[in-house]
Amino acid sequence: MPNRSFFWFFLPAGLAMILFIGLPIISTGIQSFYAQHDQILVKVKKCDPFGCKVSVVVDQEATSKIKDEKPLGKFNGFGTYVDRNHLATNQVSEFWGESKSIGEFVSKVGNLPFYKALVFTLTYCVIVTPCVLLLGFIIALSLNAISRKIRGPLIFGTILPMIVTPLVGSLVLFWMIDAEGIIGANLQIMMNDPYLSVKSSKSLTWITIIIYGVWHHSPFAFVVFYAALQTVPQEPLEASIIDGASRFQRVKHIVLPHIYPVVTFVALISLMDNFRVFEPIIGFSAEGSAQSLSWLIYDNLVNEEVILFGSAAATSIMTIIGISIILAPVLIRTWREFRTSR
Amino acid sequence: MKKILIALSFLLFGTYANADCNIKSGSINILANDFPALRTLVETAKECKGSADFKVTHSAEHNKIAVPALTANPSEFSVRVAANSSIVPLMNADLIRPMNDLVKKYGKGIQDSQLITIDGKVMAVAFMANTQHLYVRTDVLKENGISTPKTYEDVVAASEKIRAAGKMKYPYAAAYKAGWNLAEEFVNMYIGHGGEFFKAGTAKPNVNNAKGVATLNMLKKLADLSNPDYLTHDSEAIKVEWEAGNVAIMTLWASRSGTLLDDEGDAKITAATKLVAPATVGGGNIPAATLWWDGFTLAKNRSDADAEASFRAMAHAASSKEMVAKAADQAVWLVEGFVPGPKSVGVIEAVKMGAKPYPMLPQMGLMHGALGSEIVEFLQGNESAEQALKDVEAAYMTKAKEQGFL
Repeated sequence: MPNRSFFWFFLPAGLAMILFIGLPIISTGIQSFYAQHDQILVKVKKCDPFGCKVSVVVDQEATSKIKDEKPLGKFNGFGTYVDRNHLATNQVSEFWGESKSIGEFVSKVGNLPFYKALVFTLTYCVIVTPCVLLLGFIIALSLNAISRKIRGPLIFGTILPMIVTPLVGSLVLFWMIDAEGIIGANLQIMMNDPYLSVKSSKSLTWITIIIYGVWHHSPFAFVVFYAALQTVPQEPLEASIIDGASRFQRVKHIVLPHIYPVVTFVALISLMDNFRVFEPIIGFSAEGSAQSLSWLIYDNLVNEEVILFGSAAATSIMTIIGISIILAPVLIRTWREFRTSR
Repeated sequence: MKKILIALSFLLFGTYANADCNIKSGSINILANDFPALRTLVETAKECKGSADFKVTHSAEHNKIAVPALTANPSEFSVRVAANSSIVPLMNADLIRPMNDLVKKYGKGIQDSQLITIDGKVMAVAFMANTQHLYVRTDVLKENGISTPKTYEDVVAASEKIRAAGKMKYPYAAAYKAGWNLAEEFVNMYIGHGGEFFKAGTAKPNVNNAKGVATLNMLKKLADLSNPDYLTHDSEAIKVEWEAGNVAIMTLWASRSGTLLDDEGDAKITAATKLVAPATVGGGNIPAATLWWDGFTLAKNRSDADAEASFRAMAHAASSKEMVAKAADQAVWLVEGFVPGPKSVGVIEAVKMGAKPYPMLPQMGLMHGALGSEIVEFLQGNESAEQALKDVEAAYMTKAKEQGFL
């Protein structure tokens, strides 16, 4: 396609991207450098049905004056980024100084909200993504090998986890792992521990969410791999059979190299999705044991009675940076291949 | 059939019996939490809407919608039904209007004690009181020779006895869901120990002390006697546990008693369910509970006509003797003419025992939020009480700095 027509083709999508993705990200970025103005509190008499007492409220007149002058708030620079609820630079260096062993240091840092969330997010990412790729590939290979007659219904069944709304899917599992649910109760009997609770144990909650993640995302990998498998040329496969190649050798030397670009694509998308893990935490009410970066943003925006815009914006920007770092190797590789293939 | 006929006759003749507040114009849009008493109140307000446009949103997620919805200009809602805690963010952001004029003009039936005044400005009109108190199963207690618990130490002893008797695995329940609910339980217990959340006259936190540690230890003892999934249980979930007969002693909101004691479910459990006073803790004499009021506020970013129509309809409900007579068992109404029934015991006892109201401070929401997430690891046994409280203070300070309180 000539560059000129590509430009016109791309223009509407590009404009929409700038409007709905680019500008909000820029505005989020700006927001993250600001904090609220100092609150001006005044002492007043407050009365309610239970009596009167002298207490403080925010002085609205004075506040609205400052707000009119500087609606964005007080410039805070990277203040929000380095505070305890984010990168916590001060705390981390303090822990480094006072910790006697690396283990102690790690556990202290892991107790800070941002790092706690980061550890879960990365664990989820690192375990779920390869599992999804592998499982999706195995399912695609097996379905590709069976009789065409039953293939349709089987494919439908396989992509069901993706069709089910994430929240509903997680709720179903949530009830099953309840202390009185089918899985929870059976685990108690098997482990012979009446106080065992999947939901209150941190590691079991993590395992549950990870299993759910694999279950929910595998169909996506499967669908893409299955489509790619249809394009594998038959001639080299037949030739290799004549040469006496085993099934495993055929997959390794012919099928995989052929669908390699697709694998990269699925890995890219999965990594991106998994880094933003959020719904299962809400669905499983797992806030207590598992927090992800996306959950931190949600928490700042809705869980507090006071909305912490600056804090949420800073976490958002760091999530974007995090995704870029994770994707960098894959992107660089794709770019190199693109260059060499030209 | 009979019920349908009654309902039909209400539909046909109901309008005649309704009070008409003679509202000619304006539009009324209400945002409220979702429990029976509030539904009754809103229905009563609707009776007198006249020719005004009337809309209502009942949602358990009301706290999450309120600030953004009222910040818009014009705001989505003209009325926000709020409580001691949820009025604070509205006042912090200057989203509700004083209603002294309206009270003077249309607030005839409203008692002075219902008015929430800040520096003389009426910011809300309360209509019901609420608190968390104990619910007990009289049959189970009697069977095990236990008298009604008066303190949380009694609750622990009684629950241990019931568990030891093999009667129930998890005899105690309270809404310990990580987040707002869990923090609320901490607030109750900490106040019961005589704690203050902030250093006097400042916004500096003050929970990392002996009272805080005692509070956490008591919460942990109670949690160990609860269903192991307690960190995911909110008020609704523990109600289900109660109705299933799995629980003998429970701490729950007074306002939730209505659906707990209705005809649905096991009649034996319903008959044995008794509402009693809130418990004290650690030898203190005030209950480990906070007093709450629910009232209505008017949005600032809405036309005066809408505010007037909204006030008149809501004031009608907040002073309706008929409503409090009809719905006497749904709530502890603060409206004139309310005769307390057996379901009001908890709140009335709490007031008598000198329970404190939930602190209505501008920075309290941040403290509540910090508590809700930072004490979880202690309950899971991964952290010491001191460390958890240190984390609470640190998390609070960071948020308070960002919000300009420190």
